[in-house]
Amino acid sequence: MYDLIVVGGGPAGLAAANAAWQKGIKKILILERDRELGGILNQCIHNGFGVKTFGEALSGPEYAYRFEKMLEDTGVEVKTDTMVLDIDDDRTVEAVNPTDGFVRYPAKAVILAMGCRERTRGAISIPGTRPAGVFSAGTAQRYMNIDGFMVGKRVVILGSGDIGLIMARRLTLEGAKVLACVEIMPVSSGLRANIARCLDDFGIPLLLSHTVTEIRGDKRVSGVTVQKVDEHMQPIPGTEQLFDCDTLLLSVGLVPENELTKNADISLDPRTRGAYVYENRETEKEGVFACGNVLHVHDLVDFVSEEATFAGEAAADYILNGERPRDCYRVTTSGGVTYTVPQMIRKDSGMKLVNIYMRVNRRVRKGDIVIRAGETEIARYHKENLAPGEMINTALPSVLMQKAEGHDALEVALEETE
Amino acid sequence: MREMTCLECPRGCQLMIDEGTLEVTGNSCPKGEAFARSEITNPMRVLTTTVVIRSRNEKMLPVRTQDPIPKSSMAAAMNYIKNVRVKAPVEVGDIIVSDLADTGVPLIATKRVSE
Repeated sequence: MYDLIVVGGGPAGLAAANAAWQKGIKKILILERDRELGGILNQCIHNGFGVKTFGEALSGPEYAYRFEKMLEDTGVEVKTDTMVLDIDDDRTVEAVNPTDGFVRYPAKAVILAMGCRERTRGAISIPGTRPAGVFSAGTAQRYMNIDGFMVGKRVVILGSGDIGLIMARRLTLEGAKVLACVEIMPVSSGLRANIARCLDDFGIPLLLSHTVTEIRGDKRVSGVTVQKVDEHMQPIPGTEQLFDCDTLLLSVGLVPENELTKNADISLDPRTRGAYVYENRETEKEGVFACGNVLHVHDLVDFVSEEATFAGEAAADYILNGERPRDCYRVTTSGGVTYTVPQMIRKDSGMKLVNIYMRVNRRVRKGDIVIRAGETEIARYHKENLAPGEMINTALPSVLMQKAEGHDALEVALEETE
Repeated sequence: MREMTCLECPRGCQLMIDEGTLEVTGNSCPKGEAFARSEITNPMRVLTTTVVIRSRNEKMLPVRTQDPIPKSSMAAAMNYIKNVRVKAPVEVGDIIVSDLADTGVPLIATKRVSE
């Protein structure tokens, strides 16, 4: 019997396992479906990871290596090439791999750390033919950085998420011509720094309020039509431009990978597409925790590690001290707050501060995040330069929650002050 | 006055620099000030890419310059790197090229490939 099984050996799983070990949990197993640990970090060869965690701008593989080194000094067991198939009600994890075949591992606690995957062309339905040469940005990244294949010579990138921006630079360095990065929104969701160093450095145009309206080509992409869109994101007739390209990359967002979670009858929050969790990242199912991009898509790996460390410690606390009473406040949102994690805060959490992470639906220069119980204001946090692409954190002292007594819900709202 | 985005960390401060007095505004830390000054004289970047490796499981070895190199040396550096071949085992931090394209900066491995 394991104390803790961690599903997924990417940044979240590595940090969670390490944190639980440091808290005194000794029988820990990480199950990873890939040949090696590290998850998506292995193909993210660019630097900029770890500025917060390590005070250095590391590449993805280096960042993973730091955590793998920490694990090497522990007794945490790792099984790679292992696919988890199901998690039973009693937290028995069913998995399969080439050495052990089909196996069932009972565990006192389970941490879900499966990460996320990319949205695809199907998810955004572009009209046109179905030729070769259309890739999600992350797939192209894997082909280039792990497998050593060049994906194309003349490239258009749809979407200006960070992976698309990083790939614009990567392709250019390897000799491809990136004709444009096309973004349907009036602002890019990518980090400003990535726009500067991946597009501006190489003179790649960023076409805001534009989208791809047709893919041309028979066997291989021969071009794409790009059109300007109006404020309702509808293409404007007469603005068609034809780009002569052989490749289209899609960088149109990430979705938490929660098939296992769904199969385990753990309900998902439609806003985050991750599980509903308590303040300690425990899901509705006792002893099953979730953290990292499987819970909600994070901006930076540093934040994933931070959340996973917290979840690993919380799982350790559960294993050692048992379940805390589930009497809780539900967290609701309004005024442009699109979601919060956690969605439930125990009345007796045992924590001095409860961090509430959230996103907002628009850019706000100055605004307050207000937490209320009914008509009673519990806390107010002044924030500046809010944007949908940047996660917001408020640290709510537990003592303030006494003001919410008699209520079942805490409302988190955004109020613009300028 | 020149405006730019600081590339020192994910925060991405919008910097303004007076090209005469070299006075920097908009930065939240001293790194931003140094960045802006370097950016108007000799912009520097860390180059990250891959080289071909002979090993059991890996085809490509991720590498980066140990320190930033001049932006103007990027093309020469990439041109040199495309002919570099290495053989496993390689450790994180191993020097792959000691002086990359006359920049004086080494190219280092960023992944361990043990066999």
